[in-house]
Amino acid sequence: MSEPVTLGERVAREPMLVVKDLEVSYGAIKALRGISLTVGQGEVVALIGANGAGKTSTLRAVSGMVTPAKGTVTLRGENVTGVKAHQMVPRGMAHAPEGRGIFPNLTVQENLDLGAYLRRDTQGIADDAKRCFSLFPRLQERREQLAGTLSGGEQQMLAISRSLMSRPKLLLLDEPSLGLAPQVTQTIFRILREVNAEGMSILLVEQNAHLALELANWAYVLETGDIVMQGTGKALLASEEIRKAYLGE
Amino acid sequence: MYELIQHLINGLASGTIYALVALGYTMVYGVLKLINFAHGDVMMVGVYVGYAVAFTLGKEHLGSVWSALLIFAVAMSACAALGFLIERFAYRPLRDKPRLTALITAIGISFAISYGFQFDVHGTIGGHELTLLPGAAARRFPEIIRPTQWLVLGDDDVIIWNWQVISFGIALSLMGALQYLVFRTRFGKAMRAVSHDHRVAALMGIPVDTIIAFTFMLGSALAAGAGILYAIKDKSIQPLMGVMVGLKAFVAAVIGGIGNLPGAVVGALLLGLCEEAVVGYGATALIPLLVLFLGVVAFEQWRRGGDRSKQVAVAGAQLTALLGFGWLIRNVNGSTWRDAVAFGFLIVVLLARPEGLFGRVQAEKV
Repeated sequence: MSEPVTLGERVAREPMLVVKDLEVSYGAIKALRGISLTVGQGEVVALIGANGAGKTSTLRAVSGMVTPAKGTVTLRGENVTGVKAHQMVPRGMAHAPEGRGIFPNLTVQENLDLGAYLRRDTQGIADDAKRCFSLFPRLQERREQLAGTLSGGEQQMLAISRSLMSRPKLLLLDEPSLGLAPQVTQTIFRILREVNAEGMSILLVEQNAHLALELANWAYVLETGDIVMQGTGKALLASEEIRKAYLGE
Repeated sequence: MYELIQHLINGLASGTIYALVALGYTMVYGVLKLINFAHGDVMMVGVYVGYAVAFTLGKEHLGSVWSALLIFAVAMSACAALGFLIERFAYRPLRDKPRLTALITAIGISFAISYGFQFDVHGTIGGHELTLLPGAAARRFPEIIRPTQWLVLGDDDVIIWNWQVISFGIALSLMGALQYLVFRTRFGKAMRAVSHDHRVAALMGIPVDTIIAFTFMLGSALAAGAGILYAIKDKSIQPLMGVMVGLKAFVAAVIGGIGNLPGAVVGALLLGLCEEAVVGYGATALIPLLVLFLGVVAFEQWRRGGDRSKQVAVAGAQLTALLGFGWLIRNVNGSTWRDAVAFGFLIVVLLARPEGLFGRVQAEKV
């Protein structure tokens, strides 16, 4: 495997997440062919790439939804390879999965409560719910409604709010802009910027490469299960290759 | 008049037992989207465990509240353990396989239990002769609750037995308790989340395996309790008894909208009443009910609007079905229809309102 092209200088930080030589297979199909990446503390790291490049598989292997065939995942210094998804939450990870994954048969409030499932501090939970409502006032209006009756954008707001409810140190986001109106997408990215400014590390998978690279401190480009390029968001935005392949210019 | 009241009471009594079995069915379906066809057989195992405890206690100790509670407690715990084992070793490995795989496994487990119990196996452990498997012959279930008349109307025209009242009370309170568990507790919230998508539920930190195992244990314990009430009513027990009760409870759950707890109880009571009506008055008794049901369906279709000519065609088909059914009833003897009622009911519900009386069709946004 050839070393990926690197553009720009990365600011050194304490590692939050270190992924090494990660391989994921679904039966005979190899989705990831041994990728390595790191997310520093307080960093936004973006994964961009075409459909089927392995972005979602990376998130799934990191959060324990699938067990990697090879490689290691280290979270805040602890080897968490093969740890089950529900045991990742108490270790400070939240994963807002592909397709939003809200519970349509539960109310908005109940969805938020489930995000805080492992927490017992009633007051803190209520405060965090309030904070989510101040970030997304639309959710407050629909608090007692079944989540299945929300619009796509509101569901995405709910999915992000719900993942914040566990007070994660690291947030994994899978395609937060998928199927949303540009205005809603803007709102969501503004809020991601806000929570990041408060110190939360984010690993972001995004098809909208432009948005992702603008937000990201560092980004990796995935192609058929391999990382082919990495660099600062700015450097990648400026790169000829990226502009052609992912920004449609 | 008295006769009608007596039939109503009998119908409600058998309906409550179906209701208890149906609650377990519908709860497991609600969480796992699995029709656990072994549910009725777990119930049968519970009955035999109860029988064994009663037998061990000896006749002189039966009839007291404490011995009855002991029998229920042991049978329910044994079935909870059995439910745990079935889920752990049969269903859990198949959780991410196509749903049909688990369904066929459930049928296999049902057969394995009900036919396994027909072996007659004895053993000697520590000098005691023990029956390990009971054999196919029917046995008489002992009177663990001494039957007394709770209420008598007229000149012995209407008799309500104490066990009928007890069953009814237990079924209603359990329905209430389960409804509370599912909709008002943190655990219930987790159950509903697992029900929709167990992978996403795990991302919330919900221990999915524990939730599912507990649901199975609860459902199986309910089945054991229902089984003993059934045995008290029917007095005769045999290894295949769970099959028919299980199927009828399933029908009751579908009538009420599978996955819906109050629906299961209402469906079961309805089924019990219909069966009793057929036993008491012959299948003719079902005609008013059928007319009512088809009327409701026709009304709802009219309300939903759409293609009128198609609606006329549907109404015509319904009328034809009704006339055909009436003809059959006139020409075939009454109470032999008892078991056919449940399955006729199932067919009608699946044709006319597949989501059941209380079920809701859920459209999902993509």
